[in-house]
Amino acid sequence: MGKQVLVIEDEPNIIEAISFILNRDGWSVATHANGETAAEAVLGQVPDVLILDVMLPGRSGFDILQELRGHEATQALPVLMLTARGQKKDRELADRLGVSRFMTKPFSNAEMLEAVRDLAGSPTS
Amino acid sequence: MTPPREPLFLARQTYRRRRVADAARLLPVIGAMLFLIPILAAGSGDGATTARGGIYVFVVWAGLIVVTATLSRPLSRRESEADADPKETRP
Amino acid sequence: MVGFNALVLVCVAYVAILFGVAFGADKRAREGLPGTAWLRGPWVYTLSLSIYCTAWTFYGAVGYAARSGLEFVTIYLGPTLVLVGWWWVLRKLVRIGRAQRITSIADLISSRYGKSNLLGVIVTLLAVVGTTPYIALQLQSVTLSFSVFAADRQEGFELLDLNATALWIAAGLALFTILFGTRNLDANERHHGVVTAIAVEAVVKLLALLAVGIFVVWGVAGGPTEIARTIDASPISDWQMNGGRWASLTFLSAAAFLTLPRMFQVLVVENVDERQLATASWAFPLYLFLMSLFVVPIAVVGLDILPKGSNPDLFVLTVPLHFDQDGLAMLSFLGGFSSATSMVIVAAIALSTMVSNHIVMPIWLSLRSDGASMSGDVRYLLLISRRLSIGGVLLLGYLYYRYSGGGAALAAIGLISFSGVAQVLPALVGGIFWRGASRNGAAAGLIAGFAIWAYCLFLPSFGPEGVISDQIMAHGPWGLEWLRPQALFGIEGMDPLVHALFWSMVVNTSLFFIFSLVSFPNPLERLQGAQFVNVFEHSGATRGWTRGRAQAEDLMIMAQRIMGGGEAQALFEAEALAQGKESYLPDTTPGFIERLERELAGSVGGATAHAMVGQIVGGASVSVEDLMAVADETQQMLEYSSQLEVQSEELSRTARQLGEANKKLTQLSIQKDAFLSQISHELRTPMTSIRAFSEILRDGGMDEAAARKYSSIIHDEALRLTRLLDDLLDLSVLEAGHVTLHPQPDNLSDVLDRAVAATTSVGEGAGIEIRRNPVHEDIDIFTDTDRLAQVFINLIANAAKYCDADTPRLKIFVTKRAERLHVDFIDNGSGIPPESQAVIFEKFSRLSDQAKAGGAGLGLAICREIMDKLGGKVAYLPGQGGAAFRVTLPKAPLAAG
Repeated sequence: MGKQVLVIEDEPNIIEAISFILNRDGWSVATHANGETAAEAVLGQVPDVLILDVMLPGRSGFDILQELRGHEATQALPVLMLTARGQKKDRELADRLGVSRFMTKPFSNAEMLEAVRDLAGSPTS
Repeated sequence: MTPPREPLFLARQTYRRRRVADAARLLPVIGAMLFLIPILAAGSGDGATTARGGIYVFVVWAGLIVVTATLSRPLSRRESEADADPKETRP
Repeated sequence: MVGFNALVLVCVAYVAILFGVAFGADKRAREGLPGTAWLRGPWVYTLSLSIYCTAWTFYGAVGYAARSGLEFVTIYLGPTLVLVGWWWVLRKLVRIGRAQRITSIADLISSRYGKSNLLGVIVTLLAVVGTTPYIALQLQSVTLSFSVFAADRQEGFELLDLNATALWIAAGLALFTILFGTRNLDANERHHGVVTAIAVEAVVKLLALLAVGIFVVWGVAGGPTEIARTIDASPISDWQMNGGRWASLTFLSAAAFLTLPRMFQVLVVENVDERQLATASWAFPLYLFLMSLFVVPIAVVGLDILPKGSNPDLFVLTVPLHFDQDGLAMLSFLGGFSSATSMVIVAAIALSTMVSNHIVMPIWLSLRSDGASMSGDVRYLLLISRRLSIGGVLLLGYLYYRYSGGGAALAAIGLISFSGVAQVLPALVGGIFWRGASRNGAAAGLIAGFAIWAYCLFLPSFGPEGVISDQIMAHGPWGLEWLRPQALFGIEGMDPLVHALFWSMVVNTSLFFIFSLVSFPNPLERLQGAQFVNVFEHSGATRGWTRGRAQAEDLMIMAQRIMGGGEAQALFEAEALAQGKESYLPDTTPGFIERLERELAGSVGGATAHAMVGQIVGGASVSVEDLMAVADETQQMLEYSSQLEVQSEELSRTARQLGEANKKLTQLSIQKDAFLSQISHELRTPMTSIRAFSEILRDGGMDEAAARKYSSIIHDEALRLTRLLDDLLDLSVLEAGHVTLHPQPDNLSDVLDRAVAATTSVGEGAGIEIRRNPVHEDIDIFTDTDRLAQVFINLIANAAKYCDADTPRLKIFVTKRAERLHVDFIDNGSGIPPESQAVIFEKFSRLSDQAKAGGAGLGLAICREIMDKLGGKVAYLPGQGGAAFRVTLPKAPLAAG
């Protein structure tokens, strides 16, 4: 099995697309759709890369990121944030909170894949 | 001589209405006294008959009705003006 | 010859006419038809006061005159003086009655003395005890008048059973009273039907008595001079004046005129406009004048012509019958019938209101542990309790008639009853003119006066076989001579009535003053005292509630249960509007709670309303500061502070409006940002899926099933984008006002049909059960019905989507108001939390997660814009159990274009 990517996102179609792209490249993908329990899920089994949406039901992606950076286990976890709002201040906020990579939807599949590879190396190594 | 000024006239009208209200207050007292006078008459002597007594009572009665009717006109007008109290309007 | 059948037929026809009049007047007043102004005019009011003239006066006045000459006239002189002096007492009573929403004399006393229910109960009991024999007297007079026709005619109705007649009459009166007296729960709302029917009866009895009088003077005696001669020749030619009785009876009838429950009902409760009083002040004395004008002539002619030993109480009937004037006798019979029935009807309404508000409701409230925020329908309970009370009051009257045996004992009851209810006078007059009058004083005076009256007058009226034996009458209880019922403290030789009246009033008034002077009233009592005594200076609200900790929604739920949904909602909406808020829930300011309490008092009485609101608002109601602010001892301070209060109220209202406007502006700029970022989000999300899957498809290399699945995702997301853009465009067009409406005539029911069909066919709405009432929906409308249907579809789809009940149900209610039409959509889910109710009509405000919603959150925003354009509105309706939306449509047709 390849390295673990956890996708936290609430739009079913986007989850499906990301899962397909990453699976095809050899990653092992887990998903989670609820903002409120997302941090717990990450801490329960820390993945190699986390893909995090900003607008989530229950709790925003920024909140989750802030909490994760406070825990030792996830302090250095590579986090790729996705947002559909695409405002400048969102990117600045994400940077301040210690995001590893920030991408605006819609993204190109290749670009997204490359970002994941950048953050965690090749899926199997 | 200066001509009489407008406010003086208004004040007089208000004054007049106040006195009408006073008269309305006094009226039942006068009525009660007039209705009770036969007690004195009956005490003082005889000769009071039902026919004459009846005429007295009914004449006083009719008089009261006429005076009350005359007074009620300006008073009810005053009432309606005083009624323009915005606080009283219910929601 | 008047046969039994003819008599019954005339009676039934007459009653049918009265039903028709009452029904017609009620209907016209209810629907606000044109030409109903006279219903509220001074003439109907004046005529309705004539219930003072009962059968006891219609028949009895002649009998009284035949026995004691002119003395009968005192019974009319008292009320004449009260009306002539309207500027003193009646004007004030009527103003207080309206300002405090008083429902009965018991309610007035209870409200004045700190909303004390104890006093309410005392006055209610007194009224029931005093009125029951009086009702019996009316039943007796009607049955007696029936029997007159039976006795004189051989072929008459020998089978007539007097008791059965009385029972039938009582039952008929109960039916009439329940039908027209308990239609409106709010006793403070006027019973137009009843009052109009009574006005008709007033005319009938006046005409009847005048007709008999004119017949006697010109038809029998031969003119005024002749009648004077007949009087001089009669046994009552000398005026045997008893000064004590003359003065006492004048005073007594004046007092009773103010305190009789039925008189209070027509004088104060049914009063619509203070100007009615100005007319009644002379017109009603004129009515009384005309009623008494021919009494002595009829009496002397009866004494002269009829055989010795005939009952003078029935001269009004027997004199015309003696001359074979059947038509006149019949008219006279109807006059007596009218006098009796109108009295009984109003007395029953007044008593039932008192019994239900001061006895039934408090008991019911105290039996319930969960208090005023109760479940169950209070309205229904109140109506039932009022109807049962009416039945009960009439049954009591009937039983009294049955077991007192009728006859002379009953004939004397009129004045006895008067002196009983007159005991309320000190507490009443003291209460409205003297701020120092206190609850303890009123209770002490009432109880003492009531006891003396019962001991000296009421109980002896049952005769030696009753409670008070001859032994006690002659030597006093336990041989205590100074306690003899008709010679208290050894004062002998007084007329029993004058004696009882004198002692009861003296003791009553003295105790009232003494206890008032030595007791210290509680704050609410002092507030109410100031409100009543200074009613002309500040007719505003009583301030009783300090901090409104009450939840507006709880209050609304309670108000709906008592006043009914429509009225409660209108009240809350109007209040919210006055506070500058655009919702159904106003701030629970002390002023609002007071107003609400007074509205409720119109239905359940002051004391009960206070207790119910108190249970929700909680805690002590009046602080010393309130007291200082409102009831300061000096008048100037009071006026000054109330002016200040008005100003500061206005200021705080303006401040509140400014605050809300400011908040709106800041929100707008935040909203603009949020709106752009929302649009970005809503557009980019479907685009993300489309781009990702189209790239995947372009890469190729998957099986056909997967390819088909991914294409259909692209297709769905493209549709979602289109829908979003449509909504956005729709909204921007609506907001910019460039929309063209296409009004067309249609039926509301059809529009709802289309909306329901559209939602259920798509499948979204299939899971919800929809309940409608086609009868209420059958209303013709003229508006842009496509747009209207769009709003309905949105609301139904929302309910289907968000209703979280196990078996989701949606009720669609249509109600007609004066100029508006309400269409309510109420589901049985958990509703929308109060903090969210304000935002749901904003753009993109979605309360739950997006996956479930499936839309962009623009639906309600579009609905609001559409309704705005259609001249109506859509709002969230709190306090209905589930989520509830109200669509309000103007009833007036929308101008085309």
